[in-house]
Amino acid sequence: MKKIRIILCSLIALVTVGVLVACGGGDNPSGQGSGTSTDGKASNSVVVGISQELDSLDPHNAAYAGTREVLFNMFEGLVKATPTGDIEPAVASEYTVAEDAMSITFKLRDGIVFCDGTPVTVEDVKYSIDRYAGIQGEGSAFSDYKDTEIVDDKTVIINLVNPNTEFIFELTCAILPEANDANVNSNPIGTGPFKYDSYTPGDKLVVVKNENYWKPGQPYLDKVTFKVVADTDMAVMQLNSGTLDIYQYLTADQAMTVGNNFNILEGNVNYVQGMFLNNARAPFDNIKVRQAIYYAVDRDLINDMVFGGKSHVIGTNMIPGASKYYNADTEKTYTHDVEKAKQLLAEAGYPDGFTFTITVPNNYAPHESTAQIIVESLAEVGITAKINLVEFNTWHAEAYVDRNYDATITAVDGRLAPFTWFIKNVSTGNKNFTNYNNPKFDELYNKAISSIDPDEKVEYYKQLQQILADDAASIYVQDPSNLVAVNNQLEGYVFYPVSAQDMSVVKYK
Amino acid sequence: MKIKNNPSLIIGIIITGLILLMAIVGLFWTPYSTTQMDISLKFAPPSFAHIFGCDNFGRDIFSRVMQGAGTTFLVSLSTIAFGMVTGTIIGFLAGYSGGWLDEVIMRANDVINAFPSLLLALVFVSFLGSGLLNIILALGILFIPSFARIARSEMLRLKGMQFVQSAVLIGDSRGRIIFSQILPNAYISILSSAAVGFNNAVIAEAGLSYLGLGVQPPDASLGRMINEAGSFLMQAPWYAIFPGVAIIVLVLGVALISDGVSKID
Repeated sequence: MKKIRIILCSLIALVTVGVLVACGGGDNPSGQGSGTSTDGKASNSVVVGISQELDSLDPHNAAYAGTREVLFNMFEGLVKATPTGDIEPAVASEYTVAEDAMSITFKLRDGIVFCDGTPVTVEDVKYSIDRYAGIQGEGSAFSDYKDTEIVDDKTVIINLVNPNTEFIFELTCAILPEANDANVNSNPIGTGPFKYDSYTPGDKLVVVKNENYWKPGQPYLDKVTFKVVADTDMAVMQLNSGTLDIYQYLTADQAMTVGNNFNILEGNVNYVQGMFLNNARAPFDNIKVRQAIYYAVDRDLINDMVFGGKSHVIGTNMIPGASKYYNADTEKTYTHDVEKAKQLLAEAGYPDGFTFTITVPNNYAPHESTAQIIVESLAEVGITAKINLVEFNTWHAEAYVDRNYDATITAVDGRLAPFTWFIKNVSTGNKNFTNYNNPKFDELYNKAISSIDPDEKVEYYKQLQQILADDAASIYVQDPSNLVAVNNQLEGYVFYPVSAQDMSVVKYK
Repeated sequence: MKIKNNPSLIIGIIITGLILLMAIVGLFWTPYSTTQMDISLKFAPPSFAHIFGCDNFGRDIFSRVMQGAGTTFLVSLSTIAFGMVTGTIIGFLAGYSGGWLDEVIMRANDVINAFPSLLLALVFVSFLGSGLLNIILALGILFIPSFARIARSEMLRLKGMQFVQSAVLIGDSRGRIIFSQILPNAYISILSSAAVGFNNAVIAEAGLSYLGLGVQPPDASLGRMINEAGSFLMQAPWYAIFPGVAIIVLVLGVALISDGVSKID
């Protein structure tokens, strides 16, 4: 009996020592009760939380902004976006836009290779741009695209049908190897700073360092995991427990609950958030009704309530981040004025208000809060609004695609080229989900796109924004603040004016 | 045993009655508007003016608890009533007839049970559309199997008893036997499981509201308030605490009633 006990005791001691040794192994400064991911620094890897499942690994077919911000790390175009909202050469090392804006000449970068080591050829470039153009189809910017002309094994010329100085921005579209055509979704290959490692649908995408990347020294990290997190509350818990290193789209209230081993960085989400009105449906076909609603809604209150005053209140369908094209005057077109709203309603023939439904997708809590505040504001002028919360996919199919709604709270995005913010308001556009129709707007839009004089172009775009504001096409509320929690051992995180989470510049201190 | 000697029942009725009273008053009158927002009161802690404090829109939580208790009461009670009546009838039918009918009914029950309940409710609601009535219907269907099971086992237990056999011998009709012999002896088990079911109904309603398929904002239900408050647990704990306490008290009251009922002979 005694013997057994001794053996047992020594066994327990042995196991305990073994466990202790295993835990103590490797000096790990972050392991001390802080709850930061314990092996991130040692393995030079980072876990980024993303709020949406990826809709495709094929960069040409990815429609969600949430997917584009991830794929930004794996793919590059002839040119790529910079944090200042400009473009820099990527797969190409230099480019020249013809004076008549009818063609662009690119010279491929010397020694540029895909992440698997095969060189990028001019045939790959032609293949990629033709493929992307085919997917984008008519009614997109690529309706101006004619062809890609191969000059020699280093030079290509992109020819256009109409003059378009903004087309260069579209050439951020990914360059893919033609040889990989059949496997774009299962084994994506690009020229970006990271290369595909593994993907578990609904869970995570793992990318590893591309040793062949053309920018010397980058990326700094060896491995990045993009982990899908169901909702923001869950993300906050996972940040605090050390599962996540980086998470964006936090509200001010949520950011306060994130532990102090994170830095909170402030930016904007670069979306136009607001209440979009179905312009084809009564009473929103009446401009006075739309203007009345604009006067009734207190945008500053929404900003203060939901984002702690950190959002940028706007008055048109463009973000302030588009600096030189942005028309800041539109922010002041409407003020919160209950009397004026009532007067406009009476003029429109609705002195006692009316009833309508606001369809709200339930994937982003601030939309719901915005809806509640708008309902309350509209009650002051006698309009009864009802909220109908729906799941995101239902919203996308019924409201966005079928345009079957009265009003909806959502956010729309754009890309670097300024026209991308307005194409949704062109009466014939296939993404005109608000059914907005103003011939004057359409005419000016075409002028703006084809204009080759930079100053004139800026002027046209500013006028377009003023038209949308004057017409109260929709109730544009704000470019929401975007608070990003970043593990305080990391540095280098930057904001882009497009959907991008650039991990190539992030590194451990 | 007399009601006088049954403290569980008395206390349970008092507690539940108080909440019910609060909910009924809340239908007609609340101290503040349940939707009026005020940024200066955002996350205001409990005070004499706002005894439960204010939420993330500066709305008075006490007023919203009054309104929310009403919604929760309505949804949970109707759900349980629907599930209990339907489930009991089905269960008695299965237990009384036995044979293939019993098999069919109980296997159909198993099918409903095999799915995660919230998922099934989601399917119903996305099929029927959201709204209070559809929620009640969807949740009610989910509660049928548990009552059917209890009713069936009670039926099997009682069917062989002498007083039931005698009733069969003197030629009572099937319906008369069920209503005058079985039900008076089975209702206690059924009612006690109704109390447990009530609790589950409160939680299920909260879950559906959270997914945007239950009560639509800005209307309040206790479950919805707690789910909204989850994001603000650190800044405004009172937002979650008071609706939570209201649910606890409500469930406690109902549980005491069920305990008291089971002691009645």
